[in-house]
Amino acid sequence: MSTPVTNRHEFVLYFDVTNGNPNGDPDAGNMPRLDPETNLGLVTDVALKRKVRNYVSIASDNRIYMSEGSTLNLLHKEAWTAVMPPVAKADDYKKLPKEEAKARELTAWMCSNFWDVRTFGAVMSTGVNAGQVRGPVQFSFAKSVEPILPLEISITRMAATTEKDAEEKGGRTMGRKHIVPYGLYRVHGYVSAPLASHPVKGTGFSEDDLELLWQALGSMFDHDRSAARGEMASRKLIVFRHQSALGNAQAQSLFERVRTLRAYQGVAYEIGSEPYYASTDNWPPARLWEDYRVSVDRDNLPPGIEIIER
Amino acid sequence: MTIRLHVWGERACFTRPEMKSERVSYDVMTPSAARGILEAIHWKPAIRWHVDRIHVLKPVRFQSIRRNEVGAKASAANARSAMARGTTEGLGLVVDENRQQRASLVLIDVAYVVEAHFTMTDRAGPEDGAAKHISMFNRRAAQGQCFHRPCLGVREFAAEFALVPEGAPLPPSELPDDKRDADFGWMLHDIDFAHGNEARFFRAQMRNGVIDVPPFASEQVVG
Repeated sequence: MSTPVTNRHEFVLYFDVTNGNPNGDPDAGNMPRLDPETNLGLVTDVALKRKVRNYVSIASDNRIYMSEGSTLNLLHKEAWTAVMPPVAKADDYKKLPKEEAKARELTAWMCSNFWDVRTFGAVMSTGVNAGQVRGPVQFSFAKSVEPILPLEISITRMAATTEKDAEEKGGRTMGRKHIVPYGLYRVHGYVSAPLASHPVKGTGFSEDDLELLWQALGSMFDHDRSAARGEMASRKLIVFRHQSALGNAQAQSLFERVRTLRAYQGVAYEIGSEPYYASTDNWPPARLWEDYRVSVDRDNLPPGIEIIER
Repeated sequence: MTIRLHVWGERACFTRPEMKSERVSYDVMTPSAARGILEAIHWKPAIRWHVDRIHVLKPVRFQSIRRNEVGAKASAANARSAMARGTTEGLGLVVDENRQQRASLVLIDVAYVVEAHFTMTDRAGPEDGAAKHISMFNRRAAQGQCFHRPCLGVREFAAEFALVPEGAPLPPSELPDDKRDADFGWMLHDIDFAHGNEARFFRAQMRNGVIDVPPFASEQVVG
């Protein structure tokens, strides 16, 4: 174990999707999520965290608490047999300071054993106040840099599920896929150092864990291939490392240094700027990562800020 | 000694306690959430923040988001038995089997100014002067420093913040004239941690874009 993280970080991650659905919306029949007011595509924070967890569980020896697959009930039985003797006192856990220390011990143990608990935190309370762990790493929603166009693709299958279907439909069934032809998404994230290294509140999230997080952000889509996702890839990760735990600059001022440009025939305009709106009318839609440029303003950086591009 | 903090963000969810499973946000930020943002920037057990006023700078707009969430919490009993066994075998939580799809009705494009002051608690030592804490808060807020990233109700909606220095004008309000007065009904004031974590409520009324928050101990706050 290396030392807990003592520097605040902010990061900007660009990822794109080609002919796939990056994050379906359960409210809209699994269409790609959209902000209805702006038509910008969305990917929720939890979707990205799921991918980070999946990557960490296959790329390292770290254990993941919020896992996919396997069965719980067997383990519950195991836990019951291990815990049953001393538990004749469901109410005893609630207020004794002794138990609070125990709860803290419990939390610390969970943090040191599970990567995602010490990174994202977890709620641990089943009548026993083991408290909540607030993890140092925080994601916001990812948003596409330009409005996306969700397409509904109809597909056919040369087989039927039931005999009734087979008779009625001649043995063929139709299905639907939702795709985004191309979308470049941008997500902001935060690493709050005190929640990693604080003597009481810290989860022990270490520099090694942080390195693993950067790796995961870079490679998580490479291990998440599926029929629905199409081609997804992390394109650029820009990390702002502060010298201190509390930070050396306002987060928004750092995020503003990262600008997305739309490039066409050698001309690039900042997305959202006036000339961009005036000139993109006759441009073809963006369909490649090369249709965009990302510029990072490195001039007059506030002291104590280091920019790491990966 | 009042501080003023400008906070804003793309989304926010100040969940109504009566609608928790399918979260529905209050129309505006609760004093409790505002206190949490202040504590994210600077807090010590020696001080307690009191929110005096909340200025609403943008029209109230909602949007619905449905997500796959986990329907279980981590079991402390399982963790304890695993500690006793000395192995993490089987401690995971299987998300596919604990699925809950939940919609949230969240606010979008919000901006507020929080006016607040703090009082000393009985845990304040001789080294805890009010001036020290005020200057610490102001220094951090002005430089964009924070203990952890403050959020607008839930952690996925991060809050940006900037100090409104003393004597500086408030950021311009975008509230249309006919939306500057509103009665938001009974709203959570804060949780009473001294008395069994009970929620306490107050009548949130906006006059000319400003919600006056009564003191937590006053008669206007009922539990």
